[in-house]
Amino acid sequence: MDFISILSIFILACFVGYYVVWSVTPALHTPLMAVTNAISSVIVVGALVASAAKGESLSSWLGLAAVTMASVNIFGGFAVTARMLAMYKKKDRPAPKGDAK
Amino acid sequence: MSETASRIAEHVALPAWALIAYLASGVLFILALRGLSSPATSRTGNRYGMVGMGIAVVTTLVTQAPIPSGHWWPRPTPEDLVVLFKILAALGLGAVVGVTIARRIQMTAMPQLVAAFHSLVGLAAVLVGLAAYLDPASFGILLPDGAINPVSRVEMGLGIAIGAITFSGSVIAFAKLNGNMSGAPILLPGRHVINLGTLLAILGLVAWFTQDQSAWVIVAITVLSFIIGFLLIIPIGGADMPVVVSMLNSYSGWAAAAMGFTLHNTAMIITGALVGSSGAILSYIMCKAMNRSFLSVIAGGFGAEAAAGDGAAREQRPWKRGSAEDAAFLLKEAEQVIIIPGYGMAVAQAQHVLREMADQLKAAGVRVKYAIHPVAGRMPGHMNVLLAEANVPYDEVFELEDINGEFAQTDVAFIIGANDVVNPAAKTDKSSPIYGMPVFDVEKAKTIMFIKRSMGGVGYAGVDNDVFYMDQTMMLLADAKKMVEDIVKALQH
Repeated sequence: MDFISILSIFILACFVGYYVVWSVTPALHTPLMAVTNAISSVIVVGALVASAAKGESLSSWLGLAAVTMASVNIFGGFAVTARMLAMYKKKDRPAPKGDAK
Repeated sequence: MSETASRIAEHVALPAWALIAYLASGVLFILALRGLSSPATSRTGNRYGMVGMGIAVVTTLVTQAPIPSGHWWPRPTPEDLVVLFKILAALGLGAVVGVTIARRIQMTAMPQLVAAFHSLVGLAAVLVGLAAYLDPASFGILLPDGAINPVSRVEMGLGIAIGAITFSGSVIAFAKLNGNMSGAPILLPGRHVINLGTLLAILGLVAWFTQDQSAWVIVAITVLSFIIGFLLIIPIGGADMPVVVSMLNSYSGWAAAAMGFTLHNTAMIITGALVGSSGAILSYIMCKAMNRSFLSVIAGGFGAEAAAGDGAAREQRPWKRGSAEDAAFLLKEAEQVIIIPGYGMAVAQAQHVLREMADQLKAAGVRVKYAIHPVAGRMPGHMNVLLAEANVPYDEVFELEDINGEFAQTDVAFIIGANDVVNPAAKTDKSSPIYGMPVFDVEKAKTIMFIKRSMGGVGYAGVDNDVFYMDQTMMLLADAKKMVEDIVKALQH
């Protein structure tokens, strides 16, 4: 891919991000930060590329360290987001049944 | 050289399915954020995010894993297995640590946790950038003449710089939020000059890096960026931390995007753009909620002068003190009660007993609503999480602009652990440091109940509050949790 195609994807994704994030309800801004933090750990892709290089090189050890950090973030970020989202409940309605949660 | 050249070819020509897979994971990340538009769809959204991440990791492992001669699959060499084992061990270690932290963390400590997580993304970006510099062939950015592609050098330099700033800035934010470091701003003389100079030096070095790819340039970029991260965050006071955490959130995204440019990876670029805009929008929302400009927050120093100047000039004015019994009586008689919680409520751990009080009032036929100011907690949306943890249904919780018109029809405004967000000076007193900040119109309510530890303390911004002295205000002076417990007891009689 040439630089211009990549730049196009980036610019368009910024616009998508702008509109998607404004539609996030303020009540969920903390989970939003936790989940954006988890997905920004997609940097793990770069870390995996570095650590998958063959041989015992400094760069592969740097890569492995980065894989570990990104992994803490991925698992920790998604888990803590899931934990928070599980707490958001609607009012319990006295209606006996048929009322979806 | 021929081996290197063939490896470049492999990277440039990732199989089509891998390109599609990265695109798919980028799209799943968009859906993950889209899900957060309502609590009902948010859990599904989070699962999309997990699937997206899984696709990105597996695709990378399959396509980038060591290729000594031909393909590692289906017959990996012992050397490949060692590499694979190391990678899985690193992933596993991170998973154990991450999940353990996520399970144990207290919801009040969420801002610190997010800051700590940001620092990890930042540091990972720095390490990946350095690894790309050391092993450009694996990243597919080595030109046939043995030099690193100059465009990639800019991307790499910026990625490292942003990552390093994210790291050291987040470490300071963590220390301030976690109480390892005082929340008071630390003001160095001539800091604006030092900061601007350092930033310009970093940009200059990145430009120089395109001409000269020697190691000292990249080391200098890294070191200076670590330093500027510290310098940028230490002058910012505790009250502005919500903005800082959001800003660092944004930086961690830009760092990931820069690395995505280096790797020509769609998933990383889309994610970087999403996270970058998300953090930027949250910073904007927080600044607007405090009526501060982003630049003045970044310049730092807020809270240092105000706290010193006040106190002596404060006059003694009459105020009314109420007891838990008085409060219980009035609350029970009310038709509508609006509870305004602030961070002080969370510090006192009063949210659970507050919900008990609300339950009792609801049982007595009172309409109970919660009103949340955007800066009520220590990070965007923090108070909503704290209330959700205490089992407060989210459809009883309202944002500032949605509920502010209702105070005139409200019998009791119940303020617990909040102060600046109900201060009418923000609307009337042009000299006040919080002038222009949107606040709740509590003075329109028939009765105001204000839980506060003592009359001495003032809010974060260090200003007196006229609400204390209003005719309809009943000051409930006690620890927030103790006071609400007493009200709950009094309601039972």
